[in-house]
Amino acid sequence: MKLVTSALESIADIQWFPIIGLIIFFSFFVILIIHVSRLGRKQEDEYSRLPLDEDDEQEYDYQNETKNLDHDNSNR
Amino acid sequence: MELQRFAYDNRLSRMFLNATMFWGFVGMLVGLTIALELVFPLMSSGIPWLSFGRLRPLHTNAVVFAFVGNGMFTGIYYSTPRLLKTPMYSQTLGKIHFWGWQLIIAAAVFTLPLGFTVGKEYAELEWPIDIAIAIVWIIFGINLIMTMVKRRVKHIYVAIWFYIATFVTVAVLHIVNSINIPVSLFKSYPVYAGIQDALVQWWYGHNAVAFFLTTPYLGLMYYFVPKAANRPIYSYKLSIIHFWALIFLYIWAGPHHLLYSALPDWAQALGVAFSIMLIGPSWGGMLNGLLTLRGAWDKVRESPVLKMFVVGITAYGMATFEGPLLSLKSVNAISHFTDWTIAHVHIGALGWNGMITFGMLYWLLPRLFNTRLYSKKLANTHFWLATSGMLFFAIPLYFAAFTQSLMWKEFTEAGYLRYPNFIETVVQILPMYYLRALGGALYLTGVILLIYNLVMTARSGSFVRFEEDEAPALRTGKISGEKGHRIIESKPVLFTILALIAISIGGLVEFVPMFMVKSNVPTIAAVQPYTPLELHGRDIYVREGCYLCHSQMVRPFRSEVERYGDYSKAGEVVYDHPFQFGSKRTGPDLARAGVQSGPMYKPASWHYNHFLSPQKMVAQSIMPPYPWLIKNDLDISTTNRKIKAMQYLGVPYPEGFADKANAHLQQQAYEIAQNLRDNGIQIEDTKEVIALIAYIHRLGRDIHGGEKVHFSER
Ligand code: HEC
Repeated sequence: MKLVTSALESIADIQWFPIIGLIIFFSFFVILIIHVSRLGRKQEDEYSRLPLDEDDEQEYDYQNETKNLDHDNSNR
Repeated sequence: MELQRFAYDNRLSRMFLNATMFWGFVGMLVGLTIALELVFPLMSSGIPWLSFGRLRPLHTNAVVFAFVGNGMFTGIYYSTPRLLKTPMYSQTLGKIHFWGWQLIIAAAVFTLPLGFTVGKEYAELEWPIDIAIAIVWIIFGINLIMTMVKRRVKHIYVAIWFYIATFVTVAVLHIVNSINIPVSLFKSYPVYAGIQDALVQWWYGHNAVAFFLTTPYLGLMYYFVPKAANRPIYSYKLSIIHFWALIFLYIWAGPHHLLYSALPDWAQALGVAFSIMLIGPSWGGMLNGLLTLRGAWDKVRESPVLKMFVVGITAYGMATFEGPLLSLKSVNAISHFTDWTIAHVHIGALGWNGMITFGMLYWLLPRLFNTRLYSKKLANTHFWLATSGMLFFAIPLYFAAFTQSLMWKEFTEAGYLRYPNFIETVVQILPMYYLRALGGALYLTGVILLIYNLVMTARSGSFVRFEEDEAPALRTGKISGEKGHRIIESKPVLFTILALIAISIGGLVEFVPMFMVKSNVPTIAAVQPYTPLELHGRDIYVREGCYLCHSQMVRPFRSEVERYGDYSKAGEVVYDHPFQFGSKRTGPDLARAGVQSGPMYKPASWHYNHFLSPQKMVAQSIMPPYPWLIKNDLDISTTNRKIKAMQYLGVPYPEGFADKANAHLQQQAYEIAQNLRDNGIQIEDTKEVIALIAYIHRLGRDIHGGEKVHFSER
């Protein structure tokens, strides 16, 4: 415990670090919200489709939990 | 633009997938074992490594780091290349990551049951393994970040931000909480002590939940739910805001594990406030996941994968609603130290992590083997087993928690505790413990079905090692017209640094004042360091995992002061490396077990008989017997080094005491053993149980006018 306290004390002006950190974060967050609210529909659409690739647009076979493969569709 | 062709290598996903199934089974089997031990305490039948306190850390570590860990890596190594349109940066680093991680788990499987532990929950592994974890983790991070650097798409999809936040934060948490001073290859002491150790530990513990069990799985949710439902995520804007809010707020919430403890009020208040705010971003994530399936409920009914995702995400919503609730001081006064905590974490682990993992595996494995799932019917059966297993687990424990907590707090009209005998409150809830074990058994059965189903699926197909894809190269150079968050998103290193800053702030705000301001830990003049014998006894207490059933933190309530003795103060524990507040009272609090005038005091001979057979002293006790403590000799070869390590950490033993420590130890051991012999117990001075009794008898003694310890005279 003494060890940690003395290590921290040796950092100059450490008492300001929390305050500075807080200011950085809150300004970042405010800018973020303003920015996100102005994000265009098209952009948002494009980004949110990133996991889906073209061949996913094909019909998806929920019965068999798999993309349509070329074999029979017998239900097990 | 010219298209570049490349291939994804599926081997890493496959390796991690296999490990997920294997360790999932092992971790849950150990869980079921300890659930049974709570109703059949003699089950461990005197075998040290089978006892509850040794196996419980194995259970938690195996489920968190082995099952969920491997599960997260399975998904990350599958989704990251596909989202970035490039193979992983290095297959070799990936393999080192895989084998390194499995070796670490294997090391845990051996060392934890053998009693090698630091004694801090979910951070039990000893220092050599801690170092290995740090190295392997950083290798994983390098691979992840370099893959981002090499990517062929401009925008980095939200799932990957969650992966990065996971990497950065877990690295920081693990390193800060694991700074220990080694005494031997398998024994070390944390540099922090008492209340500060508690603060660091629960900052770590809470954020292990946040950044090991939550953020990576949100990343998986953002990839696999859209994939399995074949529709885009409900709101991308929401995902951006909830991401930053989540990682920033989470890091502050740790102190809610220490409400009503000796932690200063300002730190407790901070923890509560941020925990309540956390509902916002948590539910943002849940809604985003569930609403992705809007209009697709017909598919959900058909598909076990989607059903599991829905239950998983719903469990996430329940757990993140319950969490802030449990952080309210008035609720916490009832819930803390009871089975409510256990129920809560299992809604998270069985519901959220388990279901998302299972859904992902059922979706992924047929694709890796280019085939169909062997049996959808079995998968549906698994779904029902898992769901009912979770409910059978949690609901009885909620009931047990309420029952026991109210019994602890109940007074008679004359003003006495209605149930002064702790064991009465245990016996009352034993039926609930049986039901919980049944719930666990149902859940585990489901996992066996999963393994069978997936093995059969793999056999019916053939492994697709490479999957081809093509994409245009990423344009380098200045990206014009970009601003704000888009710039951040497209610059992985900048993004990583920002995430690091966001999560460091909470830690700084809590730690700096805690370590710097003297008034936060008022010193108590009467409090002295442990004697060498007591220190050894304390190490045995840690080794046996007694802290997993016993707290050492009397809260300032009338019911607790009456039952145990004076409430705990921060200044009492300034020499405790590590702190031993505990988080669950399966047995009574022990913080006042050494106060001779108090209600908890028992003579040495009672403790001796109790450790030999708790059931002989308290017929219905569920504490396991510890016959080996009576057989084994205390290892005093490390005394010198232990005292020196403590001195290095600032514990004020007299100069040169380390060399005289064993003489001091033998004198004290003789006195205790003589007392036992006077009571007709045949025992030598050298046995481990003597040290443990010495420690138990020291608890709370200093501040209750107990005899002063003399370090120099003997
Ligand atoms: C599985 C949970 C469990 C574990 C592990 C456990 N205990 Fe207990 N302990 C209990 C229960 C329940 C009681 C209350 C019944 C009784 O007195 O046996 C108890 C009672 C006690 C008591 C008596 C308290 C009193 O004054 O009534 C002491 C002392 C004690 N335990 C010490 C230990 C120590 C030391 C260890 C580790 C070596 C340990 N316990 C491990 C559950 C546990």
